Amino acid sequence: MKQLIAILFAVMPAFAFAAGGSNIPLDDMKVDLEDKASLQRGAQLFTNYCMGCHSTKFARYNRVARDLGIPEDLMMENLVFAETKIGNLMEIAMRPEDSKKWFGATPPDLTLVARVRGADWVYTYLRSFYEDPSRPYGVNNTVFKDVGMPHVLEGLQGRQVKGVAPVVVGFDPLTGQEITEEKDGQLYLAEEGKLSAKEFDVAVADLTNFLVYMGEPIALERRSIGFWVLLFLAIFFIPVYYLNREYWRDIH
Amino acid sequence: MSNDGVNHGRRRFLIATTSVGGGIGAVGVAVPFVKSWNPSEKAKAAGAPAKADISKIEPGAMIVVEWRGKPVYVVRRTDETVSLLEGLAESLKDPANEDKGQQPAYADNVQRSRKSEIAVIEGVCTHLGCAPKFFPEVKAQPFDEEWKGGFFCPCHGSRFDLAGRVFKGSPAAKNLAVPPHSYLDENTLIIGVDEENS
Amino acid sequence: MNKFQAFMGWLDHRLPVTVTFEKHMSKYYAPKNFNFWYFFGVFSMLMLANQILTGVWLTMSYTPSAEAAFASVEYIMRDVELGWLIRYMHSTGASFFFLVVYMHMFRGLMYGSYQKPRELIWIFGMFIYLMLMAEAFMGYVLPWGQMSYWGAQVIISLFGAIPVIGGDLVQWIRGDFLISGITLNRFFALHVIALPLVIVALVVLHILALHEVGSNNPDGVDIKKYKDEEGRPLDGVPFHPYYTVHDMVGIVVFLFVFSFVLFFMPEGGGYFLEKPNFEEANGLKTPEHIAPVWYFGAFYTILRAWTIDLPFLSSQLGGVILMGAAIAILFVLPWLDRSPVRSWRYKGWISRINLVVFALFFILLTWLGTQPASGLYQILGQVGTVIYFAWFITLPFISAKEATKPVPERV
Repeated sequence: MKQLIAILFAVMPAFAFAAGGSNIPLDDMKVDLEDKASLQRGAQLFTNYCMGCHSTKFARYNRVARDLGIPEDLMMENLVFAETKIGNLMEIAMRPEDSKKWFGATPPDLTLVARVRGADWVYTYLRSFYEDPSRPYGVNNTVFKDVGMPHVLEGLQGRQVKGVAPVVVGFDPLTGQEITEEKDGQLYLAEEGKLSAKEFDVAVADLTNFLVYMGEPIALERRSIGFWVLLFLAIFFIPVYYLNREYWRDIH
Repeated sequence: MSNDGVNHGRRRFLIATTSVGGGIGAVGVAVPFVKSWNPSEKAKAAGAPAKADISKIEPGAMIVVEWRGKPVYVVRRTDETVSLLEGLAESLKDPANEDKGQQPAYADNVQRSRKSEIAVIEGVCTHLGCAPKFFPEVKAQPFDEEWKGGFFCPCHGSRFDLAGRVFKGSPAAKNLAVPPHSYLDENTLIIGVDEENS
Repeated sequence: MNKFQAFMGWLDHRLPVTVTFEKHMSKYYAPKNFNFWYFFGVFSMLMLANQILTGVWLTMSYTPSAEAAFASVEYIMRDVELGWLIRYMHSTGASFFFLVVYMHMFRGLMYGSYQKPRELIWIFGMFIYLMLMAEAFMGYVLPWGQMSYWGAQVIISLFGAIPVIGGDLVQWIRGDFLISGITLNRFFALHVIALPLVIVALVVLHILALHEVGSNNPDGVDIKKYKDEEGRPLDGVPFHPYYTVHDMVGIVVFLFVFSFVLFFMPEGGGYFLEKPNFEEANGLKTPEHIAPVWYFGAFYTILRAWTIDLPFLSSQLGGVILMGAAIAILFVLPWLDRSPVRSWRYKGWISRINLVVFALFFILLTWLGTQPASGLYQILGQVGTVIYFAWFITLPFISAKEATKPVPERV
């Protein structure tokens, strides 16, 4: 009986569908912090496309260079566009007062965005811009309604539109072919960009991967230290257990 | 509770093993607390090497470069003042750099520098830390009639020559410190890095 | 006499070191039948020590100003060597502290540890619980994230429900016309030194009161009834070495679980480190969903359960009173349980079912506290509130009337 209650307490984390937000379906993105090539591509995309408006002011250039395996001089040459030193924080020149005026809201710092929103959200958001003439920058976003951000990656993705498009609803059991239905509210490409749809997905995955890394750069090391700590405790348990048994022999 | 039938050997072994394991665990737990006191990335960034363009310094003039919160005096000594350095030995406390801790190996010479004409000296008086004032001219001064150029500390009157060596009669006991430094090229001095340890 | 003995002699003459060690450890006789539930007191002490040690270290790098607090936490996470580990020890420790304290309290409910002569131990314990909640609340404000700010906003504004003085009281607590760096700074002072001192003092009193009467046990039997020729309880064992080595086993297992969470899921599924708190506090942007940290859940649900507006009792004030009553009623538990028997092992089946139902609903109430108070959740919360109070209110009648089983004399 008491064990049951104890187990219930232990299982409490299973109720961990913690206070979530609205119910927009998000695409799955597989985070792989060990894929340094992906992180490097993501870093390049970030500094080239995002850092004009978004700072990552809690991170330092030299840490990013070290963790991603980029030599410091290459880092300064290719990924650092400000007059700054390699050990400095990744701040930007744009002033919040100006950006608030231009975009309606100050573009937020993105160091921790992946910890606040989750990788799937970031991945889906960046791929969900669509044409909307009623908005100041001509675009809207199905994940973030009426967002103030322009479609910075349009050159890579191409022009996406929201409208009627075929959606796969099943498979013909005889031929194995997809059965599609025309549905409204679908996002589809009206004009291609520099990258194919698949290539763009990979690019955004790289960028998201990089932002997940930025949210918690110590994640990989944390887990590897954890393994050794748990191993030590498991081994240490043995003499402690037998020491206890040894003394309690006196009692029984 | 009975005391006979106790296997003392086993008990001692288990106590020893547990103690050793516990000791290792305690050291392990202590590690983050001790290491967190090391200079943080912020301190290391602020303490990073400082670059200086020396091409614009006129002969006899000095610029001050901040490094690790300290003023570093960079002086372009004239040929005259450099040649006068040897002759000062009698008046100095440590003319031959016997105190090895005050300068890196490459500055263990009369001029106390890599390039004989460029002095790179920490402007921190070795007495109690004031910033010595720059008196470059070779002419009589109120504090020294035979002045051949150098630094005079206004706090307690310590005197140093243009190589930062301390004069006898000064409250300061040591020569001014020479920081690690090197040259990226003819015109660029970098303080805080010497090739030997970079 | 060797050097050590000579030194101890010198010391004991001036400070009661050996006498104290014997009284509280090597000659303190604890019942020999302690089970799993008896680990949680020492686990609580371990977590207290953890919070203090890691807390002091965090204070070395944290900046308690509205402008710099959030950045200073990221500084600890990124720029201070192994700072991330100290931070996670503190945040994981806070949640684990409450987990073990709840288990520790539940033990008390099961075995009647609050019954005479241990009422004072229970009362000290309740004060510790209250102080711990205040300490945790203020600690959560310090990172100055969105949840820090808005959680503080909601909870402090509760005091505004108090008639007449409410508005002034809220402003006095805040020190400003809104939650600001002024509020942050004073919470920092209270969290870092004032409350920890109070909590440590209360823990000392709690343990002194315990040692004065001796520990209870799962059978609720009084071990002091049967002693040997030298006055030692027949069913007791000296705490040291028997329970020191016994607790070591528990501690190693506990640290394993603690380390697993710390190193592999420090956010605790979004419950230990809440996602909105990774965004800097913004007074102009209210989060979609404001909730206190999980360990306050039950009382938050009870607070939101009262929705009726009466002429002299706004629903807000009603909720505050209900929440206060939910905590206050715990204090008088020793006088509500009139059973002649301590441990539920020897109580009737109604008491046992009631206690299980109470515990399950407390867990449900806790979880509901993290969810929006609407629809099914709100109804469940109200049902849970009724059940919560019902357990206390029916206890005097059930415990006095219920048939009990015969309690053994010996353990």
